[in-house]
Amino acid sequence: MNAELRPIKTAAETALSAAFAAQKAQLPGMASAREAAFKRFEAAGLPHRRVEDWKYTDLRALMREAKPLAPRPDAVALARAKNAGAAFAAVEGRRIVLVDGVFIPELSDLAALEPGLSIRSMALAAGDPAIAERLGHVVATDNVAVALNTAFMADGVVIDVAERAALTRPLHLVAFNSGGAPASVFTRSLATIGKGARAMLIESHEGAPGNDYQVNTALELTVGDEAHVDHVKITGEGAGALHVSSLMVAVGAHARFNEFLFTAGAAVVRNQLFVRFDGEGTVAGIRGATLLNGREHADTTLVADHVAGDCVAREVFKSVLDGESRGVFQGKIIVRPHAQKTDSKMAAHALLLSEEAEADSKPELEIFADDVQCGHGSTAGALDDDLLFYLKARGIPAKEAEALMIQAFVGEAIDGIEHAGLRDTLIDHVAAWLKKRS
Amino acid sequence: MALLEIKNLHVSVDGKQILNGLDLVVENGQVAAIMGPNGSGKSTLAHVLAGKADYEVTQGQVLFDGEDLLALAPDERAAKGVFLAFQYPLEIPGVATMTFLRTALNAQRKKRGQEELSAPDFNRRVFDAAGKLGIERDMLRRGVNVGFSGGEKKRNEVLQMALLEPRLCVLDETDSGLDIDALKVVSEGVNRLRAPNRAFVVITHYQRLLDHIVPDVVHVLSRGRIARTGGKELAHELEAQGYAQYQEAVAS
Repeated sequence: MNAELRPIKTAAETALSAAFAAQKAQLPGMASAREAAFKRFEAAGLPHRRVEDWKYTDLRALMREAKPLAPRPDAVALARAKNAGAAFAAVEGRRIVLVDGVFIPELSDLAALEPGLSIRSMALAAGDPAIAERLGHVVATDNVAVALNTAFMADGVVIDVAERAALTRPLHLVAFNSGGAPASVFTRSLATIGKGARAMLIESHEGAPGNDYQVNTALELTVGDEAHVDHVKITGEGAGALHVSSLMVAVGAHARFNEFLFTAGAAVVRNQLFVRFDGEGTVAGIRGATLLNGREHADTTLVADHVAGDCVAREVFKSVLDGESRGVFQGKIIVRPHAQKTDSKMAAHALLLSEEAEADSKPELEIFADDVQCGHGSTAGALDDDLLFYLKARGIPAKEAEALMIQAFVGEAIDGIEHAGLRDTLIDHVAAWLKKRS
Repeated sequence: MALLEIKNLHVSVDGKQILNGLDLVVENGQVAAIMGPNGSGKSTLAHVLAGKADYEVTQGQVLFDGEDLLALAPDERAAKGVFLAFQYPLEIPGVATMTFLRTALNAQRKKRGQEELSAPDFNRRVFDAAGKLGIERDMLRRGVNVGFSGGEKKRNEVLQMALLEPRLCVLDETDSGLDIDALKVVSEGVNRLRAPNRAFVVITHYQRLLDHIVPDVVHVLSRGRIARTGGKELAHELEAQGYAQYQEAVAS
């Protein structure tokens, strides 16, 4: 019934259909899943503002054209990727590098893998029936961006961490866009963290500034019972990029799960998270910070689905909006009938630094259990003049005073990151953003 | 030359005239008390000196060390040595007191063409000054004034004053909300900073504070101008008789 009758296709939709017809035979594995996903896309078209989930991010209008699928990176592209992810050196993570959507083992740090850790290319694994069985099923969704990803995915990584394995170094997935001709990149990754295991996965998405490219990336993450998993995604694409990301997470019982989304850069970003709590007694923190300027647009859409009860979830999202930028937050907490004793609280705060910036916030609660504690709060406002005066009266120049206040505002979310090296790196990112602003 | 010279100052807030031709001279090394009834313009005077935006100077002049103070931005005034101890110090969640102090001190030093302080040198100065005021190190790591009691906030103001070494300290009702013990600690902190090249403008409603910070001169502010000037005994006279005569004198 959602399949609206839409005889007229946009240029981007037409291009996607042509690309799928022409190139599906070359895409690795999963042929029937790709066909089904593409049918889903063809029926719905690109999501637009009359589709409630995309109300503030009209992809049909924002995506004027679909870029051709990125070719395999050549020697020039690989050479450009040599220092990809270097901004995160302090994290001392194990680098796993994707260039233009293709996993590049030569640029990745795959030596001396810790016991219980396995890292594979998705392009190679997609033919494996065991992978095909898992893909698309961690948190099933009919979301059109995910359907497009399934139809076109070219590569990505499959990460498995065995039961009880404790990774001493973070895994750092670097998705680098080399800045060749305008192209689109579809990556799909699957990470499965076994029972009682400990892992931290950092994803940084970077690209050349000004280059015109499109990224559709998706990660399916399974957090086993009693596992402790941190996932941090940093979106720092080039200024011309359109970046659509889908994160599907299924969390087991008595687990600890921390998610952090850091977004600065790219013309358009859509970060969608579908987190499902399958087991009791889990504690989760889902946080994010977004810094926008110019005409940038970033959308964070979160669905926290409590299937099992007795979980604690804290969601805190902060956005700093300057210029004519637009920050969107949509957050939905669902508490299923048997998920009693759920304690889930969501907060979204936007700091508007200019008259032209816009914040849109849509929190939703769908609660079907009667013994729960759920809540949400949302604010949008400017910097407090009285506080700024206090700082200035102590000799701090206006711009520096503003920067200090902005850092404090964002800091409340960043402080939730346990890894000190990463926390400091992100604080540096904020400082760099502020410097560029002044 | 006087350190601070205010001539015929007229100030309005939201179109309402608050200061009405105020004249005041504060000499180097002097402690000048400004007393007056509620609404007489005491806090307005303090905020105008520090450079708060909502206060519109419609007439008059303020010279600091012979220089036009009103032409300077608040941070420039601070770098020149003007310090306002706030009546209600603000809380700044997320900005640690140490960061705040270091940023302020180094910004001022930079503007004066001085080197930034090294971290150990800075830390030593802060811990020294904080120790004398009974401020725990743990409090310095927390957000500025966050969760501080009224007394702790005022001690934090004096700590900032001690560290920034201003030439003119304006204390805006520093005694408000303090119990007698806190009042003593804060007053002692201020008294330690008294120096021949530093002046104080102590704004207060009550004589109580002036028992601890003994002024050289007392000015009575009424209806936006100085109505009377005298020695420290004037404070006691006001305490005994109240402000009624000044309110009527100007009203008539």
